Amino acid sequence: MRIQCPFCGERDLSEFAYLGDADFRRPDPDAADAEARFFNAVYVRDNPAGPHDELWYHASGCRSWLRVTRNTRTHEILAVNFPTPSGGS
Amino acid sequence: MRYSIFNLVRQALSGHRAWGPAWRDAAPKSAYDVVIIGGGGHGLATAHYLAKIHGISNVAVLEKGWIGSGNAGRNTTIIRSNYLLAGNNPFYEWSMKLWEGLEQDLNYNAMVSQRGVLNLYHSDAQRDTYARRGNAMRMHGVDAELLDAEAVRRMLPFLDFNGARFPIHGGLLQRRGGTARHDAVVWGYARAASDRGVDIIQNCEVTGFIREAGTIVGVETTRGSIRAGKIGMAVAGSTSRVAELAGLKLPIESHVLQAFVSEAIKPFIPGVVTFGAGHFYISQSDKGGLVFGGDLDGYNSYAQRGNLPTVEDVCEGAMALMPAIGRVRVLRSWGGVMDMSMDGSPIIDRTVIAGLYLNAGWCYGGFKATPASGWCFAHLLARDEPHAVARAYRLDRFATGHLLDERGVGAQPNLH
Repeated sequence: MRIQCPFCGERDLSEFAYLGDADFRRPDPDAADAEARFFNAVYVRDNPAGPHDELWYHASGCRSWLRVTRNTRTHEILAVNFPTPSGGS
Repeated sequence: MRYSIFNLVRQALSGHRAWGPAWRDAAPKSAYDVVIIGGGGHGLATAHYLAKIHGISNVAVLEKGWIGSGNAGRNTTIIRSNYLLAGNNPFYEWSMKLWEGLEQDLNYNAMVSQRGVLNLYHSDAQRDTYARRGNAMRMHGVDAELLDAEAVRRMLPFLDFNGARFPIHGGLLQRRGGTARHDAVVWGYARAASDRGVDIIQNCEVTGFIREAGTIVGVETTRGSIRAGKIGMAVAGSTSRVAELAGLKLPIESHVLQAFVSEAIKPFIPGVVTFGAGHFYISQSDKGGLVFGGDLDGYNSYAQRGNLPTVEDVCEGAMALMPAIGRVRVLRSWGGVMDMSMDGSPIIDRTVIAGLYLNAGWCYGGFKATPASGWCFAHLLARDEPHAVARAYRLDRFATGHLLDERGVGAQPNLH
């Protein structure tokens, strides 16, 4: 598996660290159902077989966080983007 | 046909031409009392104990491919019960007791070999944690011995004891641990269950659930719809996919774990040895191959194959522990899809949907649990209440905070 880093070019998997689901959002702790929301955010996973949006960290390169779309059935990298639309982090 | 020395002699006299198939490859009926999804070790063991212990033999085991083609055929065959937590230890010890009587129960040679499992420690702090685990085991009536470096050296003189980074200070030994023959376990359970009337249906993929008034009353499959009083899922790495068909989301991620076997060499490693300073475990099969593995690759995967950085990491673990095997060639490597639960412990429980029961979250410890998993899942399906040794394996423990974090890691399976 090789990931096309937008800063460094195509690099080997061993340079990257994996975090998981790119759509994790910290729930609002003041919400009325905060407990249920935190349970869902922390423990429950979509775990799709197919395209999966996930965060990878280019630890041994530019140290950027990347939003990678990868097929979990084939390990094919479908897209590599910045984690936020603006490109900032 | 019962396997015995007399039957072997009788069959030999007729040139071994009259042996029947070990189990019936059945076609699906339209309805069963219990349908089990997943024809791996856990599903087949569940069917066996449902029929034998609970007298429920109108049971079907549905398998998408062929039986034992998933993780039952991809593991490193280690059996042990060296667990720390009170929620885990009695379960795995019950599994070990079932292993000890398995061949007599199934009338099938599962090659259960209690050759010992040795976890090495490499620092004073690690010795303390191993001593604690050993004490917990002994308080539960499980055998455990804490060995010092000299005792380990007498057992395994070829280890690298004086490595500058990870000197071996000793190990925690469970002599009753060991290995079993994974395919034989699958076939033994299939044969025993089939003999009691269980239908084993292969090439039958579940594609949906049949619901009536909120209750699940059957499954749609590639071989037609099948109605059932109760449905049990034991599909390991595919748990999230099958659960999604029922509209359930679970605290599970699927990850790939690789395993390896070397070319056959003469008897070298007497038992199972694990490296305490990295994640590496190794044993030698009866055929002579070194069977070993290490960490998960660390990313979500359903691919049943891994990548090279993990291969390198595992082989580095091997070289740090036993440099003597450095020139042995790796014969094969493969990957299995692990149903990683969010605390590293399994789930054997009802779901929120009436009629649907869950057996999942085995992470990469499913093989050793096969007998007790089947025993406890059968108990749950038959009596609608958890078995005494599986009470902690609740699905709602993540919401209530009663986690079973045996390894002290949190909700990130890639830390396991």
